[in-house]
Amino acid sequence: MDKEATEIHPEWDLVIEPQNSLFELHLKDVWRYRDLLWLLVKRDFVSFYKQTILGPLWFFIQPLFTTIIFTFIFGNLAGLSTDGLPQPLFYMAGITAWNYFADCLTKTSTVFRDNAGIFGKVYFPRLIMPLSIVVSNLVRFGVQMLLFFVMIVYYLVQDETGSLFHPNIYVCLFPVLVLLMALLGLGLGLIITAMTTKYRDLAFLVSFGVQLMMYATTVIYPLSAAPEKYKWLIELNPMTGIIEAFRYGFLGAGVFTMSTFGYSVSFTLISLVLGVVIFNKTEKTFVDTV
Amino acid sequence: MNTAIKVENLSKIYRLGEIGTGTISRDMERWIKMKVLKQEDPFLKIGETNDRAKKSKSDIVYSLQGINFGINQGDAVGIIGRNGAGKSTLLKILSRVTTPTTGKISVKGRVASLLEVGTGFHPELTGRENIYLNGAILGMRKREIDRKLDEIINFSGVERYIDTPVKRYSSGMYVRLAFAVAAHLESEILIVDEVLAVGDAEFQNKCMGKLSEVSDVEGRTVLFVSHNMAAIKKLCKKVIVLENGHISKHVGVSEGIAHYFNIQKDSVEIKDIERQLEMIDDDIIEYQTVKLVQQNMSVFDVHNDMEFKVEIRYKIKNRVTGFRLFIYLIDKYDAVISQTFFDEDNSSGTAMNPGEYITEFVFPPNLLIEGMHKIKVLSGLHDIRMCEPRDGININISIIETGLLRRKQFPEEYRGLITLPVQVVTKISI
Repeated sequence: MDKEATEIHPEWDLVIEPQNSLFELHLKDVWRYRDLLWLLVKRDFVSFYKQTILGPLWFFIQPLFTTIIFTFIFGNLAGLSTDGLPQPLFYMAGITAWNYFADCLTKTSTVFRDNAGIFGKVYFPRLIMPLSIVVSNLVRFGVQMLLFFVMIVYYLVQDETGSLFHPNIYVCLFPVLVLLMALLGLGLGLIITAMTTKYRDLAFLVSFGVQLMMYATTVIYPLSAAPEKYKWLIELNPMTGIIEAFRYGFLGAGVFTMSTFGYSVSFTLISLVLGVVIFNKTEKTFVDTV
Repeated sequence: MNTAIKVENLSKIYRLGEIGTGTISRDMERWIKMKVLKQEDPFLKIGETNDRAKKSKSDIVYSLQGINFGINQGDAVGIIGRNGAGKSTLLKILSRVTTPTTGKISVKGRVASLLEVGTGFHPELTGRENIYLNGAILGMRKREIDRKLDEIINFSGVERYIDTPVKRYSSGMYVRLAFAVAAHLESEILIVDEVLAVGDAEFQNKCMGKLSEVSDVEGRTVLFVSHNMAAIKKLCKKVIVLENGHISKHVGVSEGIAHYFNIQKDSVEIKDIERQLEMIDDDIIEYQTVKLVQQNMSVFDVHNDMEFKVEIRYKIKNRVTGFRLFIYLIDKYDAVISQTFFDEDNSSGTAMNPGEYITEFVFPPNLLIEGMHKIKVLSGLHDIRMCEPRDGININISIIETGLLRRKQFPEEYRGLITLPVQVVTKISI
């Protein structure tokens, strides 16, 4: 059953010992429990539906209204640049992508706290829970992308000169970008949830930190409009590269360079590995500290 | 005989009290001592045995200490002990919910553990959907559940409501469905924690039947924790008796149960009461013993589904009139919840001749709520004086939920201390 265990102790199926090696991640176990992952995703989706009148319409309402408000405040009142793109389209692209990342991050960052009940009563690879969150959010993200596509089609029809925006080949990066956002949210979320089991302060930081981080990302302004002095700071944010690439692919405006993209990829991978290792170490004893 | 579970030198420490300020510095201290100076874990040394009644000097206690045992394949073994003896910790470690501090457990075969029925049930989902979800949480593959679905629904006896959200279920139906899923796990080893104490008598019998079938017919290994000695006797051939984190006996079932009751008899509570009795010096009454008795045995962990008695043996030295024996049930702030005395209908008081007496205050089943309670024994002469210091004789009772009255799931502030014999009648109003 447990491969690691049977290799070291051939006569036993399972050996329980105090502190296993840091990198014993039981990924095989995670694979064995893949059915649970799907059932949890289904549960999230069904239970979301059942409690509401508007049901999946709620998925649309939030990005739609945010876009309207942003267009009004940042576009019309503050007059921030949108790289020449129609304002609603510009904000919608940023919001859709940012929401997915932010949802993954905030929801995974409370995994231990939210599931203390189940985790305290039954064993299954804990990693299944955050993974199911990331996948559940994908459903919501997909629905919001539909709204974004509808807007693109609308502007395509309106735009007779064909000069407003230019989708290009980098659109093919889309699946990679989604994966990056998911893994980045997951990685950072795992680090935070593991730390909050011991040091509660972090929990307060998350919701508020995510909000602030949005303003340090190119959601409401393009990177090209950022003041030269602070540009490096904004580029240091791994989400900037992802959102810029997202806009560049779909709308043809944004700063897309291999170096910023490469930075986002490496940042994501490092935080993911770090997150999984820390999470894995915490899951064994968190029942005693939470 | 093949060994199914081998436990070697197993220990688990817990830190008492709030975990908060100071943990970072203490973590650093521990880390430096262990990794840099290569010393033993500093926390392991200051630990002491886990006796819940004694106030500990350090805030580190051993919940389990140096446990060794082996369990043969196909055995049904009961684990018993007083509240806080380490039973739940042992089960949690065996089910991999938490890890041991030291030691090693080797297991042969797949382990399924039932520390709670219906873990992960979602109220909005239907019975059928919850079977899948709960089964997957317990480690079943979807195929496996598909194959057993009919059997599970049949066993649960809730066919009619299987496509209704479980939030509309009665608590009995809920438990039936949850147990049905768990009972159909395919595993060589089954770990069960006191889950049977729910549901009606018929369903409890069904569960017990299923568990015996699992161990006798299918030859699977069963570890069973319960406060219900009748169930232990019925199901298990051997028991492990835990006492303050140690194994005090690993023997045949009748010997083990007798030992379990003996532990309670020699407990610190007894000594505490003896000390209080010695301090009373009165010319009317001399107390001999004050005991809590359940099923004719002296106990301190009282099962709430059976009646129990406060038994007071005393000597009256001189003939008196108006002598009264009281007991008070008090809460943690020393407020009186109820008062009872032995001749409530006779306000003038009866005359008592010198001699030895036994007075029993019999409490009905399902009266006190799970948790720690305090009872005070006092005696006095009607309208004249009390016979002992104002405070009386204090007895601590720990009530364990073993019957249908389940309040443990509610937060403490909603549970109350006692249940009243209130009948609930709901009708459709016309």
